[in-house]
Amino acid sequence: MKGMTVIVKTVSSWVKVLIFLFGIYIILFGHLSPGGGFAGGVILASSYVLLMLAFGRESVEKNLPMSIASRLDCLGAFLFALIAILGLVVGGSFFVNFLYQKYLPGEPFALVSGGTIPLSNLAIGLKVGASLFLVVFALSKFRYDSKSLANKRLSERTGEPKE
Amino acid sequence: MLYALCFLLFMIGLYCAVVKKNMVKIVIGIVVMEYAVNLFLIMLGYRTGGTAPILSGPDVDVATKTVSAHFLAAVVDPLPQALVLTSIVISLGSLALMISICIRTYTKYGTFDITEIRRLRG
Amino acid sequence: MSVPLPVFVAIPLVVAFVLPALGKGLRPVATFLANLAMISLLVLAVMSFGDARVYQVGGWSIPLGINMVLDGFSSLLLLAITAVGTAAMLFSTRYMEQYTAKPKYLTLFLLMVAGMNGVVLSGDIFNLYVFLEIASIASYALVGFGGEHEELEASFKYMVLGSIASTFVLFGIALVYGNTGSLNMAYIARAIEATGMNAGLAFALSLFIAGFGLKAALVPFHAWLPDAHPSAPAPISAMLSGVLIKALGIYALTRLIFNVFGVSIPVGWVLIALGILSMVAGGLLAIGQWDFKRLLAYSSISQVGYVVLGIGLGTVLLAKGASVAWASLAILGGLFHLVNHSVYKSLLFLTSGAVEMATGTRQMRDLGGLADRMPVTRATCMVASASIAGVPPFPGFWSKLILVIAAVQAGFYWIAAAIVCVAVCTLIMYLKVQRYVFLGELPEHLRQVREAKGSMLVAMVSLAVLCVFMSLLVLVPALRAAVLQPAVDVLLEGVNHSTRLIDL
Repeated sequence: MKGMTVIVKTVSSWVKVLIFLFGIYIILFGHLSPGGGFAGGVILASSYVLLMLAFGRESVEKNLPMSIASRLDCLGAFLFALIAILGLVVGGSFFVNFLYQKYLPGEPFALVSGGTIPLSNLAIGLKVGASLFLVVFALSKFRYDSKSLANKRLSERTGEPKE
Repeated sequence: MLYALCFLLFMIGLYCAVVKKNMVKIVIGIVVMEYAVNLFLIMLGYRTGGTAPILSGPDVDVATKTVSAHFLAAVVDPLPQALVLTSIVISLGSLALMISICIRTYTKYGTFDITEIRRLRG
Repeated sequence: MSVPLPVFVAIPLVVAFVLPALGKGLRPVATFLANLAMISLLVLAVMSFGDARVYQVGGWSIPLGINMVLDGFSSLLLLAITAVGTAAMLFSTRYMEQYTAKPKYLTLFLLMVAGMNGVVLSGDIFNLYVFLEIASIASYALVGFGGEHEELEASFKYMVLGSIASTFVLFGIALVYGNTGSLNMAYIARAIEATGMNAGLAFALSLFIAGFGLKAALVPFHAWLPDAHPSAPAPISAMLSGVLIKALGIYALTRLIFNVFGVSIPVGWVLIALGILSMVAGGLLAIGQWDFKRLLAYSSISQVGYVVLGIGLGTVLLAKGASVAWASLAILGGLFHLVNHSVYKSLLFLTSGAVEMATGTRQMRDLGGLADRMPVTRATCMVASASIAGVPPFPGFWSKLILVIAAVQAGFYWIAAAIVCVAVCTLIMYLKVQRYVFLGELPEHLRQVREAKGSMLVAMVSLAVLCVFMSLLVLVPALRAAVLQPAVDVLLEGVNHSTRLIDL
């Protein structure tokens, strides 16, 4: 997948940091304003999609290869499950907000408040960002040659069905 | 009245998913159906003249941990919004899988037309 | 020690998320972890059998939070899911060596089991929808796992129809929320009892019948099943036909009709009509098939028709206010047939997988005479065929007998006649299977086939043993009262059950 023109490359290399930062802001402030884990994760993934469109798939693959994205994906999901299980172990019920009830209530409307909810948002943001990046990356890997496919279609229509 | 329009959108999506012959158009029909149901869910929670259900400073009394009655009377129902968030995530996952199967079928059969992809019969 | 209910969903999910992170060299570890997860689920399901409790997730009290409910009906299905799942996972340890991406298969399989467990244990309608989608999307990916032409076509067909069904279900949930104002099943039951059915709720119920009926492959909605079940790898066909169409389709529909909406005569007759249509159409279409797994798929449609017929008969009898004993008998027949069919249909699909792995083909015209080369496969297939065809003393005979007795006592003689005719059709189709696959002449190119090995044999033999002993479930009264009767009682209690369980 090739890249685009010089203007697009320059502007997107300035803008990618802003998009990434905006995504992290939406994840971190998920318990105070609209957004949260899923929306922030989508924005994180979309910064990488912008890079893929502007620079080509190979350069993004050097930056973040598929195996590392897959491991980040598993790590995000595992962190979320870990928070749930810690709720069971420490608090007595699955998913209970043990930080809010016992250790760290925090002030209302401050960044450090709400107990385990910001941690869950972080885990979900990591997972969704990595997953969507992997989905778009894997879909862009499909290479098909339109000439050979047209020949195959022609031969399938005139020849006998292959069994 | 708006609910009837929502149902009309659902029927348009269903028509597209059932009648069209191109695989990608069928997928688009299913996506339109899912949008219609999400729209219906959000409209269920609406209250005329309501505001967004986001707490801010003056609405909360920190000492007694209660929320002011004015806030409760003016705000729309936040539960359908949480349901729609979940539903959007689910339809995203389903859409990703559908598109990847469309692409793989194209590389095998060479066409997107479902009338030509009919090896399984009987 | 009572097991916290989310464990049934958490164990497969956590193991499913850990598996893709293990690299190539750790593949045996991945298989071992997956098998360990399934066996531990089976042990936990047996340990929690017979309890009736409610678990509030997150400590939030009931109308505010989500709760998970375990009662007689849920624990019966949980046992079926984990038993068939363990056998299928053992089988796939050896069978999936012929495919390349095995850790991804194990992840998807565990996600599907987690989704099914969640559907069966959920006490909240939207939570049921979320787990329904998790299980469905995992199964769409698993059906197309091989990546060949036919598997992709079958997977696309299944996925389009399944997504439309799920959208119908979500629309129904939205209508129910709009009319009753709550998502918790007990609160909805109480609200519907107080206000009665209006047009919105009736439309929601019809959307649920359409959506869940498509997941259960009842006849106007069955078009995906004959393509999807043969194309999937054999252990996945066993899971799909054995438990997925029952946990997602029949369990959800039965739970909503009996415990949330309340029984009524039109709904009962709709279920009876769908049941008879599925039985007859599935049975007649299966006889003419020459592909082994496609015949088994059509026979699945027919047997699911039996289950829905039993449940519909119970609904009509309860709604008319007739004798509760006959309604209880009809529901007992339906549920016993459900559990039976899980075991023997999955065993049949596993044997077809063993035959396909050994000979490389599924067409019955090309097979024959495998009885000497594959004796264990032949014996287990014979046990399963005899049960499904209704030969005494195997369990299939008893469940069909109970359904016939219930139909005759209720006065519907034509339903009893239909059951007996379709049972004869089933016998014909399985005699065809036995004759063309195992008896007869062994063709030249099949002289070298060998018996299935290792874990495949263990899985098949254990399911066959379970199949033989399951007739004791209904013949020994103590076992029946402990295992099957609580499930029937949950359904008979109807709308009062959910409100009683959470002390409303």
